[in-house]
Amino acid sequence: MDWGAIVQNALRAAFGLEAAYFALAAIGLNVHFGYTGLLNFGQAGFLAVGAYGMGIAVTYFGWSLWVGIGVSILAAVVFALLLGLPTLRLRADYLAIVTIASAEIVRLVFRSARFQPVTGGSAGLQNFAGEFYRINPYDTGVYRLEAVYAGGVGPFDVVRVLLALALLWIVVDRLLPGRLPGSRRPRVAPSAADADESVASREVIGLREIVLLAVAAVILVVGLSPVAFNERRMWILTVGWGLVALTSLLVFLLMRSPWGRVLKSIREDEDAARSLGKNVVSYKMQSLVFGGVIGALGGLVFVIGNQSIQPDNFGTPITFFAYAALILGGTARVFGPVVGSMIFWALLSFAENALQQGREAGYISNDFLTSTQIGQLRFMLVGVGLMLLMVFRPQGIFGNRREIDLSVRR
Amino acid sequence: MSVADRPAAASAVEALGGVDRRPGVPKPDPILTVDGVHRRFGGLTAVNVDHLEVQRGSITALIGPNGAGKTTFFNLLTGFDKPDSGIWTFDGEDMAGMPAHKVARTGMVRTFQLTKSLARLSVMENMKLGATGQRGEGFGRALLPPLWLGQERANEARALELLTRFKLDTKRDDFAGTLSGGQRKLLEMARALMVQPRLVMLDEPMAGVNPALTQSLLGHVKGLREEGMTVVFVEHDMDVVYDISDWVVVMAEGRIIAEGPPAAIGANQEVIDAYLGAHHDAPLTFEEEERQLAEDHARARAEGEGRT
Repeated sequence: MDWGAIVQNALRAAFGLEAAYFALAAIGLNVHFGYTGLLNFGQAGFLAVGAYGMGIAVTYFGWSLWVGIGVSILAAVVFALLLGLPTLRLRADYLAIVTIASAEIVRLVFRSARFQPVTGGSAGLQNFAGEFYRINPYDTGVYRLEAVYAGGVGPFDVVRVLLALALLWIVVDRLLPGRLPGSRRPRVAPSAADADESVASREVIGLREIVLLAVAAVILVVGLSPVAFNERRMWILTVGWGLVALTSLLVFLLMRSPWGRVLKSIREDEDAARSLGKNVVSYKMQSLVFGGVIGALGGLVFVIGNQSIQPDNFGTPITFFAYAALILGGTARVFGPVVGSMIFWALLSFAENALQQGREAGYISNDFLTSTQIGQLRFMLVGVGLMLLMVFRPQGIFGNRREIDLSVRR
Repeated sequence: MSVADRPAAASAVEALGGVDRRPGVPKPDPILTVDGVHRRFGGLTAVNVDHLEVQRGSITALIGPNGAGKTTFFNLLTGFDKPDSGIWTFDGEDMAGMPAHKVARTGMVRTFQLTKSLARLSVMENMKLGATGQRGEGFGRALLPPLWLGQERANEARALELLTRFKLDTKRDDFAGTLSGGQRKLLEMARALMVQPRLVMLDEPMAGVNPALTQSLLGHVKGLREEGMTVVFVEHDMDVVYDISDWVVVMAEGRIIAEGPPAAIGANQEVIDAYLGAHHDAPLTFEEEERQLAEDHARARAEGEGRT
């Protein structure tokens, strides 16, 4: 078995197109579910509306791609308003039911034969992304996240050493709190009861540190040079991850503002927010629109990257994978959905490649597992992993266990 | 310390001194006037209030057996529920049909029977949420901190002042979910004050609070009156009602059956035993409850007439 190739593929998947557009979908869900407590089970619908808004504008109306992107965003806003107006005044469960159904309705309308001239029916739409790739700043070639040097020390080696030192610092700081100069000392607990609680729940080395160490080890040993993309993929990934960075920054700024405080108060108890003079319905609508537009951007990155829109790529699993990525990373954390998405796709790739190679090497009998079954089994394995995570670390990688425990109504 | 020692208490008592003791009696200076508010749940009439006035600057207790419609009445007045019919004005402003958040912004703020602390926000964030007219609560302006940071600091200073008064300042950075039940009641009251209300409506402020903290909560409620606020509260504990209220309104089966100063309502030992005291939490039949209420009503009226 070629473990090197397995790790390389997993690393590639962590930076790939799927990870990028799922990160956007999960950031949108984080705004909905993580910060506002809205149960949106129809994020796939927002991705579809984003994809088709642009696709139809370009292929059917012959408009420019850039106008089409505007249409996508507008379509996502309208879709959010349509979903929200009848349901946001009702209890949370109604939004969940309406969104999951609407996402399916959207997909079935787009793939129906009736609208085939506009939407392309089940064949979908192609030939809309030309304008995007025409302004590609990358020349033809293969691009690596880390350049390969024939010998000597490359600039990335300096980055590697710095990265290793930073990680070492974090771990030492966790093991010996308050010992390092300039490190944050543990806050003095105000009461004895609190002190007991914080001692009991303190983890010396948590999952976050283990993940960081694992990532550091991979980068130190393997390096990022195996992560290579051609110029077209490199261009959409630059834009895709750029959008991830931009929306993460927006979420960061918004959630530490009074606006974000109102959203969080709605998540905790909307009647309390209402009794303090907050227009809860309006804020829920703003949250639904904002997160939905981020989801639509994810849909745009997805179809421009694939240069094809397929209606069946927008089924309900998209929504639930995005939820899985979000919960894996940690809800109501700015980087939770981003890191969650990268790890989710890296794990899927790892499971698939490991099983595939194991089968080819004869460790797994062909009678037991065919190559087509591997595609299904990887989801089962990742699913079991997520279940274990929920049992032992419900807060995800970035979350705070005490905060999660508080969410159980007392 | 007796209630009459305080100047605001004295003036409230004085203002209500000449008021008739009958349901729906007009007050000299009402801040809240309710007319014909009805709310039915299917066949059950939960609230049927013909007329009620609440005196400005007073502490008014709303009492009655379980299921009397006190909380539903609160919900109706504060926009959390819609009545089938009825109008009510707050400081001359028509409030019927106004959504809950606008009611709060008008200056009529409520708390809840089951405390609604925002568990995963810190105590300070809970407080700052209560401030009204925040510039940073708009989506666009939220992205430009210089527009709202100054206001945020001012709100924080005001919140800290209130927290100190309610002895929660040491908890400012703790999650509200880690507070004890009594501390949550304090936090909820302090948070309501961040709205800068003129009328505070407290739904069972003392429920589930230990006796030591009850005293401190009572002091805070009296303090609201000293600051010129009007307080309406629902309470089951008659000691509390006697201690702090200037006026008592008794509800049963959705109707207001009696009004009067606490001494008049509670003077009769039989009323206390039969209705308000020993048995009031025990299940009663409707017939018996009605009989007791009628007696109570009659006595209160007789007593009222005796004094005026």
